[in-house]
Amino acid sequence: MAQKLYITTSPHVHCGDTIERNMRTVIWALVPAFIASVFYFGLGAVIVTATSVASCLFFEWFITRVFLKRPSTLADGSAIITGILLAFNMPSNIPLYMIVMGALVAIGIGKMVFGGLGNNPFNPALVGRVFLLISFPAKMTSWPVPHQMTAYTDAVTGATPLNLIGQIAGGNSAAVDQLPGLKDLFLGNIGGCIGEVSAVALLIGLIILLWRKVITWHIPVTILATVAVLTGIMWMINPVLYVNPLYHLCAGGLMLGAIFMATDYVTSPMTTTGMVWYGIGIGFLTVIIRYFGSYPEGMSFAILIMNAVTPLINNWCKPKRFGEAVK
Amino acid sequence: MNTFKIGGVHPEPNKLTADRKIETLALPKQAVFPLSQHIGAPAVPCVQKGDTVRVGTRIAEPGGFMSASIHSSVSGKVAKIDSVIDASGLRKPAIFIDVEGDEWEPSIDRSDKLILQSNKSRDEIIECIKNAGIVGMGGACFPTHVKLCPPKECTIDTLIINAVECEPYLTADHRLMLEHPDEIIIGIKIILKVLGIDRAVIGVEANKPDAISLLQSKTSMVSGIEVMPLQMKYPQGGEKQLIEAVTGRQVPPPPALPANVGCVVQNVGTVFAIYEAVMKNKPLFERIVTVTGKGLKNPCNLKVRMGTPVSQLIEYAGGMPEDTGKLISGGPMMGRPLLDDTAPVVKGTSGLLMIPEADAIRREERNCIRCAKCVQACPMGLEPYLLATASEASDWECAEENWIMSCIECGCCQSTCPSRRPLLDWVRLAKNRVGGIIRARNAKK
Amino acid sequence: MSFILTAVLVLGLTGLVLGLVLYAVSRKFKVETDPRVGQITELLPGANCGGCGFPGCAAFAEACVKSDSMEGLKCSVCKSEVMQQIAAITGHAVEVGVEKVAVVRCAGSCDNRPGLRVYDGAKSCAAAALMNGGATGCFFGCLGCGDCVKACKFDAIKMDPETGLPVVDQDKCTACGACAKACPRNVIELRNKNKLDRRVYVSCVNKDKGPVAKKACAVACIGCGKCVKICPFEAITLENNLAYIDFEKCRLCRKCVDECPQHTILAVNFPPKKVVAPAEPKAEETPQAPVEPAPMPENTVEQQKAE
Repeated sequence: MAQKLYITTSPHVHCGDTIERNMRTVIWALVPAFIASVFYFGLGAVIVTATSVASCLFFEWFITRVFLKRPSTLADGSAIITGILLAFNMPSNIPLYMIVMGALVAIGIGKMVFGGLGNNPFNPALVGRVFLLISFPAKMTSWPVPHQMTAYTDAVTGATPLNLIGQIAGGNSAAVDQLPGLKDLFLGNIGGCIGEVSAVALLIGLIILLWRKVITWHIPVTILATVAVLTGIMWMINPVLYVNPLYHLCAGGLMLGAIFMATDYVTSPMTTTGMVWYGIGIGFLTVIIRYFGSYPEGMSFAILIMNAVTPLINNWCKPKRFGEAVK
Repeated sequence: MNTFKIGGVHPEPNKLTADRKIETLALPKQAVFPLSQHIGAPAVPCVQKGDTVRVGTRIAEPGGFMSASIHSSVSGKVAKIDSVIDASGLRKPAIFIDVEGDEWEPSIDRSDKLILQSNKSRDEIIECIKNAGIVGMGGACFPTHVKLCPPKECTIDTLIINAVECEPYLTADHRLMLEHPDEIIIGIKIILKVLGIDRAVIGVEANKPDAISLLQSKTSMVSGIEVMPLQMKYPQGGEKQLIEAVTGRQVPPPPALPANVGCVVQNVGTVFAIYEAVMKNKPLFERIVTVTGKGLKNPCNLKVRMGTPVSQLIEYAGGMPEDTGKLISGGPMMGRPLLDDTAPVVKGTSGLLMIPEADAIRREERNCIRCAKCVQACPMGLEPYLLATASEASDWECAEENWIMSCIECGCCQSTCPSRRPLLDWVRLAKNRVGGIIRARNAKK
Repeated sequence: MSFILTAVLVLGLTGLVLGLVLYAVSRKFKVETDPRVGQITELLPGANCGGCGFPGCAAFAEACVKSDSMEGLKCSVCKSEVMQQIAAITGHAVEVGVEKVAVVRCAGSCDNRPGLRVYDGAKSCAAAALMNGGATGCFFGCLGCGDCVKACKFDAIKMDPETGLPVVDQDKCTACGACAKACPRNVIELRNKNKLDRRVYVSCVNKDKGPVAKKACAVACIGCGKCVKICPFEAITLENNLAYIDFEKCRLCRKCVDECPQHTILAVNFPPKKVVAPAEPKAEETPQAPVEPAPMPENTVEQQKAE
């Protein structure tokens, strides 16, 4: 026997799955939403996304190599996803320096201070976004109207469906007429953050993620179902003040959050029962913030709050052990 | 089609040798018999250096209730009683026999004739099985006579024959079913008689349609024996998973046994060995070994005398490929790595697998990204990520609270981990430590 | 002006009321603690290593105060002066123990003990020891995954990347025994520190028969028994093909060191031997004398550089 044998305990084979493969699939799943955003917001979407991804990659590289003196973790692709998701959560007319600041907070404070990928308690992209939302509320909550292909910071802004839904709930029944049709909402022909507008593109992403078995259905479906049920109940109670639940499903960042942000591996619960509770929590908090909070959109806050609860959920929701029922 | 409910994975089947007939390997020059080839106390040698033995001569007696005797598979002289490195990777005492000729014990019936009936009583059959040194041939090597005497307070209603062979690559049981179906059915009848019940289910995974149809045609006239095709999923061959797949019952966590839910599970190889022991008076000294691997010239199913060094099997199969990185005794999911090719074939050697170096090396371990794939894959409903972390931190209490002793070490968690964490290594360590703590606690009481 | 006055008054009154409440509560619920517990805890190292058998330093201090004598109470980390200070506080007499140090009894470096295989599993000696003999032919010696390094709370044990063996820093080692407990193969032993940190010990734990052990490792103890015969103090015993020097009986004469054909017995921290042999107990000149010129080298384990 010439060759040296390797010795390890079983198993000796692996299914071939890697972090990179999962991250790559998520990036592919985000592509339809990106195409839709370029179609609706043109140049602005491209500039913001490119800047965000580039600065996230830079900060990740800089912090790992210069501060931590560790091998670079750029290759795992998580920084790219953080960059894309951060960009998708911003309006397409946001100035460059804000994007860079958001990326620094997302990667630096959201992820690296906790020890990098796998240790962060909160979704990094959302940490960056919420930082920007609180620091620059005016810039972060004025969204350009679609179809200004060459405009960037000079784009004309307008009300988004969620603004209008809020106004209707506040008693301004005239706003009903301004509400776009469901078809426009579904396709994404509305004002809003770059990545969140097109429900259909995000649903294609969901199908890709489920098909490649990157995520399970539990989190996105429970979030969407909870929002639909809660807003449906309110709609049935008073259809004048509260809009059709379909508007809630397609408007704002609900789809983007439910499909891509709440399902983030690191910050979501580990068991299926935990995932269901987590999804219900996010859906519930989103509706509460949308109707009763001061911000028109509650998705980011809802996800961050549930991220904080995730360790508790992991402690409470244990999987059903084999043979547990039989005592 | 039935299967178990929680978790499970689908590794590549890679059954390269499914249509290779069983061939008989030539006798070795020297045969080595480790004294602990089974779970429980090691056997005690009953021969001395210089003694002449024949094929089938008992060379070691059971060293306790939970033990099994060992028989020589060759004729010749006992060269020495020394130690050998076996599949556990540890140096264990063993009997070395130099082979001279091939002289069998006269009591063994060497003809191919099928013997349908025996007038042995239940106790005689159990004695016969015990004397033949039969242990579970699936790999766990649990002494069979112990398993056939379930605790009095349990009522057994079903005998399950494990013909699942869910481990990738291995085809020894598959070939056995195709080539010796009649013997297996007689063996099942013997076990039914011992247990005093009349229902047996043969669980076969759906990737062996030829074996299923053959056994179905053979059992169509026999009442009480049913062939149940099962959906393909690893680890269906695990005792607890198979019981759930066949009967829908879940065995409670340890120390409960399958008998607590009224089932006894026997591997199809064990059934064949029982037939030979009871009907042909032939002790367990031969077994079928699948020699396989992607780079191997001539992967095959071999009928091997125990004690043969694995190097001889590899040579028969075309020599060890240049790029071999791992030599495994058993299948790729639960097999044990061999330190070199001098280890002997023992009762539990169901296969020999050579994995190319490129596949053998584990990829660099990364942070847990909490993807929960291990939790979804675990067939026992455990949280491998948590157990491994607890083990790394030596937090045995946390591991025990989270049911670590239920782990069946199937390897599903580690084989799905995208971060390539050695989850099972850590879980096994914690299981060992927690097991020790529990034993110490019970001893105190 | 009046609003400033109001603010000052309100805040001042609130502070006063809260202060009174706090005072009352602290008087009412005062817990009597023995001040000596705090004094002793301050003397202790505070590493909570558990070497004393108590959950931590504070628990040990409490035990010291509660106990009637200092019998069985010993902080293995503290120097004897500290133990005497503790005894002074509690008012009990204390026995002066012998200072000890952790010793790695394996010299199976990569050169001495060639790797026959590659261990590729979890980086833990305990896990590696569970599954098989490890990467070399030696089934008893150091596995090199560094469980002892992880166990050490005092940063006193490090892996030498060249030899793949742990090295104890004798100045930092407190002999708490955590490494010895962590080692799944019992390679590490606590031995007497002796005068000037001089030690003689068998640097091997291989219980295999001579030829097997020798094949696995160039400096393995082969159980020849020469050291047992030459020892004038009957300090060396041979059991399971392995020699062991009883450090209570050993008088550091170093006769065994020269006698050992495998150079398994190491003598550390002795001054370099002179070419002309002086009178007893200094033994005659040997070819494999330690090369280090300093009388107090940094490391406790010296690599044999005979070949």
